[in-house]
Amino acid sequence: MARRFFIRKVQNIQDEVLLLGSMVEDAVTKAVLSLKNRDQALAKQIYHDDLLLNDKRYAIENAILIVIATEQPIARDLRQLASMLDVVTELERMGDYAKGIAKVTVKLHEVEIKLPMHEIELMAELSISMLHRALTAFIEEDAQSAAQIPYEDDAVDKLYENIYHQSVELMMAEPHNIDNSNLIMWVAHNLERLADRVTNICERTVFISTGELMELEVDEQDEDLDVV
Amino acid sequence: MVSIPNSKIRVSHFNLFYGTFQALRDINIDIAGNAITAIIGPSGCGKSTFIRSFNRMNDLIASVTVNGEINLDSENILELNPVLLRKKVGMVFQRPNPFPKSIYDNVAYGPRAHGNHNKSELDQIVEKSLRDAFLWEEVKDNLNKSALELSGGEQQRLCIARALAITPELILMDEPASALDPIATMRIEELIQELKKFYTIIIVTHNMQQAARASDFTAFFNIQEDRAGYLVEYDHTTKIFTNPALQITEDYITGRFG
Repeated sequence: MARRFFIRKVQNIQDEVLLLGSMVEDAVTKAVLSLKNRDQALAKQIYHDDLLLNDKRYAIENAILIVIATEQPIARDLRQLASMLDVVTELERMGDYAKGIAKVTVKLHEVEIKLPMHEIELMAELSISMLHRALTAFIEEDAQSAAQIPYEDDAVDKLYENIYHQSVELMMAEPHNIDNSNLIMWVAHNLERLADRVTNICERTVFISTGELMELEVDEQDEDLDVV
Repeated sequence: MVSIPNSKIRVSHFNLFYGTFQALRDINIDIAGNAITAIIGPSGCGKSTFIRSFNRMNDLIASVTVNGEINLDSENILELNPVLLRKKVGMVFQRPNPFPKSIYDNVAYGPRAHGNHNKSELDQIVEKSLRDAFLWEEVKDNLNKSALELSGGEQQRLCIARALAITPELILMDEPASALDPIATMRIEELIQELKKFYTIIIVTHNMQQAARASDFTAFFNIQEDRAGYLVEYDHTTKIFTNPALQITEDYITGRFG
């Protein structure tokens, strides 16, 4: 029973991490919806929610530092807490990607342009699903499931390529729309980066279990896309 | 288990019994020279009994019998004359235990017991030992003061100076900082880091953070079903405290038992 208080403190932090994760999922869903419906109010709501998301991240970070300072965790306990510090940083950045998409909604206000919404919605759906399962695996310390999730990133990358090519074609066909097409690429890029950051969460889950910091699923296409 | 290329001490198949009760079972471990090795484990796992085997303090208990080997360099210390052995092995205990004598006489006690009565040589030994124990500056003007007037932390450093005065090869420390406040503990830990340049140090501690901070190697002992102590895992301290090989080690160091 010696660890009862320690375990309770860690569980409280885990609950907060899951809550932060659900805030991110919500933000991404709403951001894509705001783009689809050209909903300015919803986009501005995301700006506001991002502040709450940032606050939540700092509160969790602070709680983790207090546990480290007062409990002096070692071995797996330390890896778990250190990984949670990383994961909340990843989640906060994902929140920024959602905010970035909401900005595009605001910038495209009253702009007549065809959006590849089917692909964008699919990208968001896939990324959110990956994030949800990655966080579950992280909290449940399920390294096996975590190691599989990054492979799903290929589907997200393909959609990104698809949107990229569509946008380039649009730029060539309608040069006056270059700025706006660029914004569409920005949306796709944010969703693609979000899925990449899911991989980082999975890497931390494997690290907690094995003590090994290793890169999961290095995609050769990444390099090509970085040039973009 | 870690391999120690230049081991100072090699323990092979060491068993220790109190009467018919086996307190230590088949201990095999190489201790690195000029390094700090921490022994950790739950109460009753034989940590203190184990390090007391290095200076044959267990000989003082009539019912104790041992077998196996403890080789210091190439000599089996179980076969050495205990008086000569204790010139090679110094020990510091949990509670500072200075003699009710002056600071000077405490430090000079060992060399005198080994036959050195040369005043100027003793003066040099006392000064060097007190300097090496980071105590000289505090006591150099009061060497005739009773050791019992020193603070707990100073008394413990005096006991370390007393151990150093016989120029041992190995220093055993049985929870040397458990009765000290955090500042005195930190000074002892800093001192141990300095001493390892010249000595081989084995430290028993119940304080996981101390073992993690202050040692180079860590040996985890545990208790078998018949209550005999045994060596579970031995490795670089960084490995033991970040990613031990065995679950039972992890469970102990993170407070899941013990």
